Amino acid sequence: MIKKLIKSLREYKIPTLLTPIFVIFEVILEVLIPLLMSKLIDDGISNNNMNIVYIVGIALVICAIISLIFGILAGISVSKASTGFAKNLRHDLYYKVQDFSFYNIDKFSTSSLITRLTTDVSNVQFAFQMVVRTAVRAPLMLITSIIFSITISPKLSLIYLIVAPLLGISLLFIAKIAHPTMKKVFESYDDLNNVVEENVNAIRVVKSFTLEEEEETKFKNVSNKIYKLFVKGEKILALNSPIMQTSMYTCILLISWLGAHIIVSTGGSELTTGNLMTLFTYTTQILGSLMMLSMIFVIITISRASMERIVEVLDEIPDIQNPKNPITRVPNGSVKFENVSFSYIKDKNKEVLKDINLEIKSGEFVGIIGGTGTGKSSLVNLIPRLYDVTEGNIYVGGNNVKDYDLKMLRDEVSCVLQKNVLFSGTVVENIMWGDENASFEDVVNVCKLAQADKFINELENGYNTHIEEGGTNVSGGQKQRLCIARALLKKPKILILDDSTSAVDTRTDRLIQEAFKKDLPNTTKIVIAQRISSIEHADKIIVLDNGKINGIGTHKELLRKNEIYKEVYESQMKGSDKNE
Amino acid sequence: MNNKKIEIKKGTIKRLLSYLFKNNKSKLFIVLICIIISAIAGVLGSLFLQTLIDDNITPMIEKNLNDYTPLLNAILKMSVIYLIGIISTYTYNILMTIVAQRTLKEIRDDMFVKMDKLPIKYFDTHTHGDIMSRYTNDTDTLRQMISQSIPNMFSSLMTIIAVIFSMIYLSPFLTVFVLIFSIVTIIITRKLARNSAKHFIKGQKSLGKVNGYIEEMLNGQKVIKVFTHEKKAEEDFDILNDELMNDSFNANKYANITMPVAGNLGYLEYALVALISTYLTINNIIYFSVGTIISFLHLTRSFQMPINQVTNQLNSIIMALAGASRIFEMMDEEKERDDGYVTLVKVTEKNGKYKETKNGIWAWRHPHHDGRLEYVPLKGHIELNGVDFGYVKGKQILYDVTVYAKPGQKIALVGSTGAGKTTITNLINRFYDIEDGKIRFDGININKIKKNDLRRSIGMVLQDVFLFTGTIKENIKYGNPNATDEDVIKACKLANAHDFIMMLPKGYDTMLTGNGQELSQGQRQLLSIARVAITNPPVMILDEATSSIDTRTEKIVQDGMDKLMEGRTVFVIAHRLSTVRNSKAIMVMEHGKIIERGNHDDLIKLQGEYYKLYTGAFELE
Repeated sequence: MIKKLIKSLREYKIPTLLTPIFVIFEVILEVLIPLLMSKLIDDGISNNNMNIVYIVGIALVICAIISLIFGILAGISVSKASTGFAKNLRHDLYYKVQDFSFYNIDKFSTSSLITRLTTDVSNVQFAFQMVVRTAVRAPLMLITSIIFSITISPKLSLIYLIVAPLLGISLLFIAKIAHPTMKKVFESYDDLNNVVEENVNAIRVVKSFTLEEEEETKFKNVSNKIYKLFVKGEKILALNSPIMQTSMYTCILLISWLGAHIIVSTGGSELTTGNLMTLFTYTTQILGSLMMLSMIFVIITISRASMERIVEVLDEIPDIQNPKNPITRVPNGSVKFENVSFSYIKDKNKEVLKDINLEIKSGEFVGIIGGTGTGKSSLVNLIPRLYDVTEGNIYVGGNNVKDYDLKMLRDEVSCVLQKNVLFSGTVVENIMWGDENASFEDVVNVCKLAQADKFINELENGYNTHIEEGGTNVSGGQKQRLCIARALLKKPKILILDDSTSAVDTRTDRLIQEAFKKDLPNTTKIVIAQRISSIEHADKIIVLDNGKINGIGTHKELLRKNEIYKEVYESQMKGSDKNE
Repeated sequence: MNNKKIEIKKGTIKRLLSYLFKNNKSKLFIVLICIIISAIAGVLGSLFLQTLIDDNITPMIEKNLNDYTPLLNAILKMSVIYLIGIISTYTYNILMTIVAQRTLKEIRDDMFVKMDKLPIKYFDTHTHGDIMSRYTNDTDTLRQMISQSIPNMFSSLMTIIAVIFSMIYLSPFLTVFVLIFSIVTIIITRKLARNSAKHFIKGQKSLGKVNGYIEEMLNGQKVIKVFTHEKKAEEDFDILNDELMNDSFNANKYANITMPVAGNLGYLEYALVALISTYLTINNIIYFSVGTIISFLHLTRSFQMPINQVTNQLNSIIMALAGASRIFEMMDEEKERDDGYVTLVKVTEKNGKYKETKNGIWAWRHPHHDGRLEYVPLKGHIELNGVDFGYVKGKQILYDVTVYAKPGQKIALVGSTGAGKTTITNLINRFYDIEDGKIRFDGININKIKKNDLRRSIGMVLQDVFLFTGTIKENIKYGNPNATDEDVIKACKLANAHDFIMMLPKGYDTMLTGNGQELSQGQRQLLSIARVAITNPPVMILDEATSSIDTRTEKIVQDGMDKLMEGRTVFVIAHRLSTVRNSKAIMVMEHGKIIERGNHDDLIKLQGEYYKLYTGAFELE
C-alpha cells in the first residue's frame, strides 16, 4: 500500500531523502551538546581552566548554531516534500478519476470520491510530514543517546535498558486501547452532525409537527454519548503523562543514587559530576523520543484508513478504455441495438435491460417512454458508451461503439443527462463547454434553438450573467434549456435528451420540438419523456417496461395496440384535454 | 471554506468562563491547586541537582565520607515530592477533561435547543454550511482550547513563575541574562508564528479553493465525460493545485522551522549561560558552585519549554475565542416569539355547553380579556383578510390578499415562481408574521393561538421530502409520537404506502439514512403523506407535493393524497394544472396579488391568465 503511495513522490524524492539527512546532523549535534557540557563542567569549572572553558564554550555555541541551520533546512525540506507529495497525490487521483467510466464513478459514489480527494489527502499529507521528520529523528535520538550514555557509564545505562522498553510498551498499550474509544467518539460526532443537519434542512418539518422537544432529546442523547466516550477515551490517554513522568523521575533518582555511589567510591575517576548531568539530559532525550514514537504509531493508525481509501482509487481500473486502432469518424447517425443486455453491477441476475433489439435510422426522431426504473436512461447511456453493454452489441453509424475513439464518439453522440449540472461561470462559458472554439453567434444560435435566448436576454447581464455552482440561480426549466443548448453546440450526429424538458412548460417544450424538426433535420434525436406531448410527433416511440421493449410504433399505432401507452396517455389527458 | 473573519466579540471570554465555572467550581479549584503543586514539584526537581552535588557528592568526595544516609534521605524526600507532582498532574488532567467535555456538552446542548427555537427566518437567511460549522469547526477549536490550551497555558505560566523565583534564588545576575535572552527568543518565534499564521490563512484559502473545485467537478463528473472535457478539467485543476502547493509550502515552512529555531536557541542560551557562569566563577567575579551551575542550567531548560508553549497556544486561543463568539452569536439570536394564549383542548358537549374531558372532540380554549372562557370546536375554517407581507422591510411580497376557506374546501393557488403562493402558506402556520391584515382560524386571530397548537392542526406536504434517520415506523410516528403500530399501518394504507413498505425486506422496521435515499422519490413522498395522515389535521397544505414525481407514480401518490384530503380544508399549490382542476376555488396570483379567482369553469370562461396558462399559451416559470 505504501509502495503505491510513494510512487506519487516523483520530483519530491530529493527533499524527502534530504530531510532525514538534515535531521541526522541535527540529532548528532543535539546529542553532542550535553557531552561538551560535561567537559565544560569537569575540565573547565572543576579544574578552574579558563582555556578549556573558552574552547569548549565556543564549540558549544558553534554546535548550537550548526544544529539551528540543519533544523531550519530540515524544516524547509520536509515542507517541500510533504506539500509536493500532497500535490502529486491529488493530481494522480484527479487524473485517475477523469479516466473513470460511469461504472467506476457509481462504484465509489461522488461524495466518497470527493472525501478521498480532499480530507483523505490532507490526512495522508499530515502523516507523511510527521513520519519523514520524526520517523528518523526519534529512533536515531534514542539510539545515539543510549550509545553515548553507554560510553559514559555502561553500568548506569542499564537503567535505560530497563525503563525505556517498559515505557515504550506502556505507551503503545495506551495508544492501542484508547484508539477504539476515540474512533467511536468520531463516529458519534458523525451522528451528532447528522442530527443537526437533518434539523437544519428539515426545520420546516420539525416546526410544523412541533417536535422541537423530541429533537432536543435526540440531540442530547447523542451529545451525552460523545461526552461519556470522550471522557472515557481521554482518561486512558491521560495515563500517558504520569507514566512518562514516573519513568523520567525514576531514571533521575536512580542515576542520582547509583551515580553518587560510583563517583564517591571511585573519587570521580570512573564518573564525574559533569557526566551525571549529561546523563540527566540524555534521560530526557531518550524518554522524549519514545513518546514521539508512540505518537507516530497513533498517527499512522489514524491515517491508515485514509491511505487505504486513496489506494483503492489509484488501483481502480477504468473499465472503459480507448480501443487500440480507433475509428475517428462517425459516418452517420444511425443506431442499432443487437441482443443487448445490461446490468450496472455486471451481474446477470440484476439486469436492467434484457435482450434489446432496436434500429434507429439516421435523422429519425425517436421517443422513449416508461415508468421510473424501467431502464430508459440505461438504454440511452449505452449509445455514447457511458456504460458498456453486459451482452450484445451496439452500432453507431454501422460500426460497433467499442471500435470508436471515445472522444469522437461522445462528441458525435451528444447526451443531455437527466441529472444535469451547470458549472460556476458565465452563461456563455457554460454553453461553450460544447465547443470551446465556437463563436458568439453560434452560442446565440443554439440558445435560440433551445428556446433559452429570450430568458437569457432578460437576465441582469444577459449572456455574461454569472451562473452559481450547480446552477442554483436559474430555475429548473431554465437550467434544462441551457443544458440542451450546451449539447447542441457540439453539432452532434445524434442528440439524446434524457427527460430534459420535465421542468419546461408544455408550450416551450413544443417550441423546442418544432425548432429541432426545422433546424436539425439530419440529426438523430432520441428523447426520453414523461409527458406524452413531448414525443407525440416522434417518428417512432419506444415503450419500455421492466427492462424490455414493450412496444414500438407511432403515437397512433401505440394508442391502438399498447396497453401501457394507453394508460399513461389517459392519466395525463384526464381533465386537461376536455376543454382544449 | 475558511472565509469567516476572525472576530472576537466583547464579553465572549466572560461568558465562556461562566460556562466553565457554572457546575465545576470545586473541580476547577482543585485543578488550580494541582497545577501549582505540579509546577513547584518540577522546579524542586531542578533544585534537587544542587543539593545532590553541592551538599552530598562534593563534600563526600572531599571529606572521603562513606555515609550515604543524608543522600538516601534527600532522594527519598525527592521521590515523595515527585510522587505528589505526578499525582497532581494526573488529577488535573483527568479533572480538566471532565470539565472541558461537560462544558462543551452544555454549550452544544444549549446551542441546539436554541437553534430549534429560532424563527424560520434565521434558517432562510443563513446558509446551512454556516450553521453546521458552529457545531463542527467552532466547537472543535473550543474543545482544544478548554481541554488543552487553557491548562497548558496556565501550568506553563505557573512553571515560569516558579522557575524565575528559583533562578533568582540561585543567581539574580544570571536570571537577568536568561530573561533578556528569553525575550529575544519570544520576539523571534512570535515573528515566525505570525508569518506562519499569515501564510496559513492563505494556504487554507487555496485549500478551500481546490477542495471546492474538486467538489464541483466531481459532482459534474458525468457531464465532463459526456462533453469529453477531461483534458480541460485537468489543466484547470493543475493550475489551482500548483497554487495550493505554493501557499501551503510557505505556511508549512514557517510552522516547521519555528520548532527547531526555538529549540536550538534554547541550546545557544544554555551554552552561553554555561560560558558566562564559568567565566565569572573562574575569574572570581561571582562564585558559583558546580551544583548551582548545573541546577541553573537545568532551570534554563525548564524555562524555555513553557515559554514556547505559551507562544504556541496564543494563536489557538484566539482562533477558539473567535469560534466561541460565533457560537454565542447564534445563542443570542432572538427566538421565535409566542404570545399565543388560545390552546387546543379536548371537550365534550352537553346542552350547548363544552366541558374539558380526556376523550372528546378538539376545541380551541379561548380565554377572553374580560375573564370569559369560550370553547370553539376545531373545524379548519381559514380566512385571510387584506394581508400584506414582505420578508424584508421595504420589499413587499403580498398585497392585500384575501382568501376564504370553509371547512372541507379545497383551495388552489396558481401562479409563476415568486408570485407569493408559498409565502401565503408560510403565513398561515406563522413561520412568518404578517404586516397588515388578519388571518383567522375558526374565527380566532392566529396571533392569539399558541404556535404549537396552531401548527399541530395544519399538516404540510412539501415538494422536497425530508425523512429522518430511523426506521420507517419511527418516521411515520414523527407526526404523532403517541401513535400505536396499528395507527401507523392505518395511515400508511390511507396514503397508499403500505404495499411498498411490505415489499421491503424489513417492512416497517427498514432503516432509512441520508434522507431516505434508499427509496424512490415517489415512495418518499408517500411516506411524507402518511406522516401527515397520522396527525389527522383539519387543515392541510400541499406545496408542489407531486411535482417531482413521474406521471405514473403520481397517480398512486395522487390517490393517496385524495383520500387524505377528504373532509379537510386543503390549500394546494401545483404547477401541473390537472392537479388543481377540481378545487372549490382557484386563486391565480401574480406579483403578490390575487388577480383572478373562481372555480375552473369560471376561470376558463373568463379567458384571462388562467385560461392562458391552461391552454399552454403562457410559460409557467
